[in-house]
Amino acid sequence: MPKRGNNPMQGELLQGTLDVLVLKTLALGPAHGHTIAHAIEHRSEDVLSVEHGSLYPALHRLEDRGWIASFWGTSENNRRARYYRLTPRGRAQLVEQTNRWDEIVRAVNRILRPAD
Amino acid sequence: MSWSRFFRRGHWDDERARELEDYLSHEIDDNLARGMSLDQATRAARRKLGNVTRIREEIYEMNTLLFAETLWQDLRYGARLLLKNPTFSIVAILTLALGTGANEAIFQLVNAVRLRALPVERPQELATIRVDTHEKGRTGRFMSRRPMFTEPLWRALQTDQQAFSRLFAWGITTWNLGTDGEYRPAQGLYVSGGYFDGLGIGAHVGRVLNDADDRPGCTAPGAVLTHGFWQARYGGNPSVIGQTISLDGRAFEIVGVTPPQFFGTEVGRTFDVALPLCAEPILRGASSGFGKADVWFLDMMGRLKPEWTIDRAKTQLATISAGIFQANVPASYNVGTVKDYLAFRFTAESASTGVSGIRTAYATQLWVLLGATGLVLLITCANLANLLLARATARQREIAVRLAIGASRRRIVRQMLSESVVIAVLGATCGMVVAWWLSQSLVAFLSTENTRIFVDLTPDWRVFGFIAALAAGACLLFGLSPALQATGTNPARAMQAGGRSATDSRERFTIRRTLVVVQVCLSLVLVVGALLFGRSLRKLVTVDPGFRQDGLLSVDVDIRRSAVNEQARAATYAQVMERIRAVPGVADAAEAFTVPLSGSGWNQTAIIDGQEKGMTYCNRVGTDYFRTMQTTMVAGRPFGPDDRLGAAPTAIVNETFARKFFAGANPVGRTFELDRSPGAPQVVYQVVGLVKDTKYYELREEFLPIAYFAAAQEGEPGPSLDLVMRSDVPPAALTPTLTRAISELVPGSVVAFRSMSTYVRDSLVTDRLMATLSGFFGMLATLIATIGLYGVMSYMVTRRKVEIGIRMALGADRRRVIGMVIRESAVLLIAGVLIGAVLAVVGARWAAALLFGLKPWDPTSFVLAVVGLGLVSLLAAWIPARRASRLAPTLALRED
Repeated sequence: MPKRGNNPMQGELLQGTLDVLVLKTLALGPAHGHTIAHAIEHRSEDVLSVEHGSLYPALHRLEDRGWIASFWGTSENNRRARYYRLTPRGRAQLVEQTNRWDEIVRAVNRILRPAD
Repeated sequence: MSWSRFFRRGHWDDERARELEDYLSHEIDDNLARGMSLDQATRAARRKLGNVTRIREEIYEMNTLLFAETLWQDLRYGARLLLKNPTFSIVAILTLALGTGANEAIFQLVNAVRLRALPVERPQELATIRVDTHEKGRTGRFMSRRPMFTEPLWRALQTDQQAFSRLFAWGITTWNLGTDGEYRPAQGLYVSGGYFDGLGIGAHVGRVLNDADDRPGCTAPGAVLTHGFWQARYGGNPSVIGQTISLDGRAFEIVGVTPPQFFGTEVGRTFDVALPLCAEPILRGASSGFGKADVWFLDMMGRLKPEWTIDRAKTQLATISAGIFQANVPASYNVGTVKDYLAFRFTAESASTGVSGIRTAYATQLWVLLGATGLVLLITCANLANLLLARATARQREIAVRLAIGASRRRIVRQMLSESVVIAVLGATCGMVVAWWLSQSLVAFLSTENTRIFVDLTPDWRVFGFIAALAAGACLLFGLSPALQATGTNPARAMQAGGRSATDSRERFTIRRTLVVVQVCLSLVLVVGALLFGRSLRKLVTVDPGFRQDGLLSVDVDIRRSAVNEQARAATYAQVMERIRAVPGVADAAEAFTVPLSGSGWNQTAIIDGQEKGMTYCNRVGTDYFRTMQTTMVAGRPFGPDDRLGAAPTAIVNETFARKFFAGANPVGRTFELDRSPGAPQVVYQVVGLVKDTKYYELREEFLPIAYFAAAQEGEPGPSLDLVMRSDVPPAALTPTLTRAISELVPGSVVAFRSMSTYVRDSLVTDRLMATLSGFFGMLATLIATIGLYGVMSYMVTRRKVEIGIRMALGADRRRVIGMVIRESAVLLIAGVLIGAVLAVVGARWAAALLFGLKPWDPTSFVLAVVGLGLVSLLAAWIPARRASRLAPTLALRED
């Protein structure tokens, strides 16, 4: 599918990474979009600061794959919000993707710092 | 992507929009808590979230079915490309429409005539009963074309057979609906009581006939109408039940109407009205077939009992045959005929698709036409492949560029395929219209005044399957090969090639050349076929039947419903003849028992000096017969006033009779006899005249030996007077006067007219059909093949512009360039013609039975076909050749 505007390579890399970050965040408990966005931003100490909007397509995609499920609820400041939670398949996926991430990091590190 | 999301993508869009709203309100809340103003807070929140529309679009796209979406894109792209090149599109779609349409039409006919099961209950259980015969010995009177049984045989078989749960019989006839002396025919059926029950046909309105209606000696039987007749004559009004219908001047009560899909048991023929079998003696009176072992007018079918197979039924029928035939020997048969008669056996065959006269009559024609249309479709496909191949080559560079920047091979193949799918779908749709129109015309073409052909052409799944397979096959055939080829090229090479390289398209060129050769050779087959059928028809039309056709009219005066009694018939007929001759415009008139070429006849064995010589065909004619027909007397005299009842029996014979039975000697003065039934008096005929040969049954036949007897010597005239007359005014102007004159003379008589040219036209209907259709196919094929050759040649010229430019720059003159192109196309042409000629000889032998007066390898047809096709093709090659010769060398070289 041709995408307008953004560079597909970069988009893909970010997409995969964003997916695993969302899964990790939801592993701690159900949350709505706003919370997830801020959680990722804070815990990465603002390094991974992206437009919060790009989170939503990711959520949609993960739900579509059956890794997360959603429901409407009421937020801490008494507002309506769509909550997401991890499904069992999502939990398995999180483990797998975390392992893969570790592998990639090790591989890249072996190249970047051969002395270690 | 799930389907539910695809169909509810609008709903999901709303959901996400609400979710994004909620994000904003949360973020604004947070920002306000940090001490921003509402305005600042809102703007900061929006900045953080990003472009809401883009996000929603991205999610929406995720929800659409990629496949469906791109398919739609591809189809639109395909349609756009076709619109951009209307000439190509029109040629492609038209050729495909004509190709598939012709196929569909012929297949619809084949399907309706040969394949489709009867629209009755469990048709697979039906079997038709036949007499296994050698066509000898079944003499006597025949009430329709090929009836199988007499009434006594039907009665006997009904009691003795065990294989069928229901055995039923029917007889075909024609009744006159008119009540005012005018003849209005209705196709009639005498049906046994079990007919409708055996077929499992109920009534649409009212009731159908049953056993209670068919009681021997019934006095006021009811009539059942077919749906079509009910619609046409009564406008489908249900109140006809209880009304009466007049058949041959007798009133019958209408008791019911059959369902719409029911047309009887004979494919190709429907009926209007059915009466129970017991009505036959009421209508036919003294000539009824009831109780007569030599009047053949019934056909039979049965529904097999459960557990019974056709083979078992055959065995059982065979065992009872001898007894039944032995018990029903016709009294009129002589010893030899009885021997043949007793050798008959009953047999049965499956009748799930009904019985059909047209199935056998038109079988070869239908298969030949189906073969011809198959060839047309092949040519069509070859041509389309060629056209698309040319386009693919033209777009080679575009495709190479797209491949180079990363388009997937599959995507490109699909896109190119979509173009052919669009052509195939449009072509097949137009083809369906063509098919509908063509098959309707075919049926109309085959129906004549006397034999209405009824074929149910409502397309069923088999026809649709066939059409779909055709369209899909054609589409794949011509769509896939260019598409795969286009992507098979190395992009780098394709881009640099441009047109300068001499080698890049060698391979493709071979394919295109082969396609042209195939087209030329198949076209030749079709053109030869067209010429053969055309010339055969021409021979038939111009063949001398031995009499002059134009101005000849046959008249049938039926006096059964008049007050004239048997004794007064001869005198009445003489008066009628007198009256007719007196009508202004009538040149000559004479009695004729059988009208030549009408299809009916009468034959007997000629005996000379006690020796059986062979079959002679007979006619009983009036004194002026030969003058009326304008048949030349060779020797002797025509019949005269002396040849009357009581005088010595005389006869006139034709030349073939004299050649075959008198060894070519002058027969005038000689005598002969005819075989007779036991007990009948022996009559010796003296030959008084010799006439030129004339055709008897049909134009195709070899001249038959014919013996003519004097009508005045017939002792017991029948209930109708048949005559021929010649006039110099058009029949339409004459018939009302004649009808009025005869009705005045004999009140209650019914007069029917037919012109000889109608007989001739009707008897040639299949020949005309074959000539017309094969001519059409031949022209179509030539046209398509010419387009193909033109396409290849002009493409070749375009591709080799540079080469031609160099040649011309080096001094080749225009003649040389034209010669080069023509030579190239001549090679293709000659190859195609040679292969085509071989195929045509094979094909023509297959259709030999349909030809008249021509050998299947008729040299004239072959030479004409080759010359014609050659000239047209050379013209097609000459146009691009001339264009090539007009190239300015400098311009050609500068290009690219």
